Amino acid sequence: MIIGIPAEIHPGEKRVAASPEIVVKLIAAGFEVIVESGAGANASINDDVFKEAGAGIAADAAGAWGADLVIKVRPPEFNSDLGRHEIELMSEGASLISFIWPAQNQDLLQQFAARKVTVLAMDSIPRISRAQKLDALSSMANIGGYRAVIEAANHFGRFFSGQITAAGKVDPAKVLVIGAGVAGLAAIGAAKSLGAIVRAFDTRPEVKDQILSMDAEFLELDFEEDGTGEGGYAKVMSKEFIEAEMALFARQAYEVDVIITTALIPGKPAPKLITNGMVKTMRAGSVIVDLAAEQGGNCEATVPGEVVDSHGVHVVGYTDLPSRLATQSSQLYGTNVYNLIMEMNPEKDGNIVVDMEDDVIRGATVVKQGEITWPPPPIAVGAERKPSFGGQAIKPEAEQVKAPEEATGFSKMTQFLKSAWFPVALAGLALFGLGQVAPPSFMAHFTVFVLSCFIGYMVIWNVSPTLHTPLMSVTNAISSIIVLGALTQISSSSSLIYILSGIAVFITCVNIVGGFSVTQRMLQMFKG
Amino acid sequence: MSPSLITVSYLGAAALFILALGGLSTNVTARRGNLFGIIGMIIAVVVTIAAFVTAHHEVLIGIMIVGGVIGFVLSRRVQMTQMPELVAILHSLVGLAAVLIGFANFMDPTIQYTGVEKTIHEIEVYIGIAIGALTFTGSVVAYGKLSGMIGGQPMLLPARHWLNLAMFIGVIVIAVEFVGTADHDQAIMLLLAMTVIALLFGIHMVAAIGGADMPVVISMLNSYSGWAAAATGFMLSNDLLIVTGALVGSSGAILSYIMCRAMNRHFISVIAGGFGTSGGTSTGGASIEGEVQTIDIPAMAELLNNAKEIMVVPGYGMATAQAQHAIAEITKTLIGKGINVRFGIHPVAGRMPGHMNVLLAEAKVPYDIVFEMDEINDDFPNIDVSIVVGANDTVNPLAQEDADSPIAGMPVLEVWKGKTTVVLKRGMAAGYAGVDNPLFVKENTRMLFGDAKETLDALAQAI
Repeated sequence: MIIGIPAEIHPGEKRVAASPEIVVKLIAAGFEVIVESGAGANASINDDVFKEAGAGIAADAAGAWGADLVIKVRPPEFNSDLGRHEIELMSEGASLISFIWPAQNQDLLQQFAARKVTVLAMDSIPRISRAQKLDALSSMANIGGYRAVIEAANHFGRFFSGQITAAGKVDPAKVLVIGAGVAGLAAIGAAKSLGAIVRAFDTRPEVKDQILSMDAEFLELDFEEDGTGEGGYAKVMSKEFIEAEMALFARQAYEVDVIITTALIPGKPAPKLITNGMVKTMRAGSVIVDLAAEQGGNCEATVPGEVVDSHGVHVVGYTDLPSRLATQSSQLYGTNVYNLIMEMNPEKDGNIVVDMEDDVIRGATVVKQGEITWPPPPIAVGAERKPSFGGQAIKPEAEQVKAPEEATGFSKMTQFLKSAWFPVALAGLALFGLGQVAPPSFMAHFTVFVLSCFIGYMVIWNVSPTLHTPLMSVTNAISSIIVLGALTQISSSSSLIYILSGIAVFITCVNIVGGFSVTQRMLQMFKG
Repeated sequence: MSPSLITVSYLGAAALFILALGGLSTNVTARRGNLFGIIGMIIAVVVTIAAFVTAHHEVLIGIMIVGGVIGFVLSRRVQMTQMPELVAILHSLVGLAAVLIGFANFMDPTIQYTGVEKTIHEIEVYIGIAIGALTFTGSVVAYGKLSGMIGGQPMLLPARHWLNLAMFIGVIVIAVEFVGTADHDQAIMLLLAMTVIALLFGIHMVAAIGGADMPVVISMLNSYSGWAAAATGFMLSNDLLIVTGALVGSSGAILSYIMCRAMNRHFISVIAGGFGTSGGTSTGGASIEGEVQTIDIPAMAELLNNAKEIMVVPGYGMATAQAQHAIAEITKTLIGKGINVRFGIHPVAGRMPGHMNVLLAEAKVPYDIVFEMDEINDDFPNIDVSIVVGANDTVNPLAQEDADSPIAGMPVLEVWKGKTTVVLKRGMAAGYAGVDNPLFVKENTRMLFGDAKETLDALAQAI
């Protein structure tokens, strides 16, 4: 099967759907690969590198589009150079893997159907654990988050890190990240490693640990509401919550130097979190990077695709941040696409099978052989995404289990048996009883016994845990001192006693020599 | 030989035994300690033979030489990975000897006591035989489980607690009869009856304990063998036996305690058998969703070569695969490249206390890079790559995350806090506790399936 990689024609798009490393892997999996000449140029990958990786180079777009399977980044569009729509370049029955955004591009689906092709949308892959390695949205969000910090640093007139120099002290920049999804966490990590003080806010309380694990500060509202919605995304919050949230942002805007917003709610325009008023209170030279610009932006001052100056604050509204890191994006996107192809190529024979029984493939497939299959039926995403071993959900049950148990007399008894008082009480009683009846000769032995137990206790706690195995073998050897009992009886005139003692001597001798010898052998090894 | 000379010799032997155990506090003094133990044993045996043995000298020497040779050969042939089996079977011998000596002593017509002393002596005989018998069968069953002759799963009879209780009461009832009877033959029959019950009790007790609890069982049997010796000492009015028995008994008891604490299990619930005594927990708690990500040997080699801090976490799987030498070789290579490689040992890793340490020492892993769990658990966030070799329950995050899990609260090595964890494993089977391990599906975990030794040998070539 031939895989075609055309050049992206969308203005400003620098990515390419696969890197040379991916081409090598695809060829190893039995595919042939054809790359349109110049497809990787904007991602700093020239044709020669693709050729070295084993790909054929097609002189024009038609060559790559004519393949059995086309992989691409942006949805197909009208190619003004050729005067034809990209879909028309595809052969009937061929397949396409790309970002499609089917909800926004219904007419595109119709065109696919008319062309009788199969289309898998990278953006429609269900968010389940199994599909994480196919999740191009996360890959791109990660890059976007990183790039957002780089853009911010680029427009910010100061260091991010604090420094004490001969020329005076420099305070570190304060960065606020709103929304700690994949992009937000990537931004936190990047800002942190530049040395900034990073604060983060998210409506979903469960991401708090993730934020803290990145060594950032988690801003909390004094307000009880869980913002977790379907599929691990955020949901729309109540009015009161939003008011409290806005007050927090207003305070923060006054303090911080950089704000990076990544707040998105699926299927809704981006929530407006940073008002013009807040922008005004920020110091001149501050930067806002709005990752939600494409969906309208989280900041009122955002102009999608542009950097604007609003009251001396740089508001970055780029919508193509992953494309601005084209080499990295191409590599990660290519890996995601490769993983999807391999999901459909179980035989590793260079052919793909679109298995509609498979939840992941079913979710991604938006058009199958000319038939529109979008939207897919819902799958039990919640069950898989749910943190199935999070402590909170389980604890109440555990308490319920315990409660009835405590009521029974049996368990009270066990509790007493387990408490430290039981052995003390028992020992006291036993000693008292013993003192009443035992003859002095016994008491002498008993004294030796008890004192020996204490010596044993003191000595054994000092044994290095490393040497616990030699300890067991040597105690085993010395417990064979029991042989003395057999030795004192072996001279008996009774043949039965003689035989019993003889056997006892025999087995204890095995034990004595075996125990000491194996201990010695082990200790030799510990010489180091 | 004068009685005082005998007493002094025994005192010397007892002191040497204490020094032998005390020597084990450091690696340096340990070998000298063992030598003290050997000298103590020789003194005790030689003095006893000289003082008490009046006949059968040739047979005795013959028996001792044959037994000694067998023991020596055993100890030289045994693989370090089989150490738990060896220790278990040696325990059984002490138990059996205690039983035999008890019977021999009771049947000895030359020993005559009257009144309270007679009663006390009879009780001593009785207890000595009882502990010896249950140590014997318990150790044999433990040996069977460890060597794989008997399945590792706990054998849970219905009403097993009641069964134990019934046997215990039976032993007490027979004891009362035994002390009360004046008829010697009847007394022997009662002793035999009790011995049978104690033997059964030993089997039942260990059979009901699961494979992962073996470190506790071994330590417990170690303890029992000591108590058996002490009881025999009372029976024979021999202070050396009492001292030694008490030392060994407390040693085993402390080891049991350490093992129980390391598994967050109460001693009584381990002894009562089965994993989790409150019942119904064997469902394994939360099921694990997610996909494992595998890694191949070249990628693993690259990962290791690029790491700065590596932690190796060995488990019982390393012992079964005999992978310690391969691990040691890899460690040596990596250290040679300036990578800081350390070992993190869970107290119950393996099947007996200190099992992993012995294996690593055998493979000549320097012991200053081998650390106990408590020493290194806080370091995991700084670790680039953790290599988990055949460990499962000891690295299971459920112990901290799921209060319902059978292993909840057990201290575990927090490998998942490191940057990457590679788990070497045969397949996806659960550990002995029967609990799934969410570590395997964590994002920063990679699985390397296959026999640990083959994999590691290949890896040693690759790095």
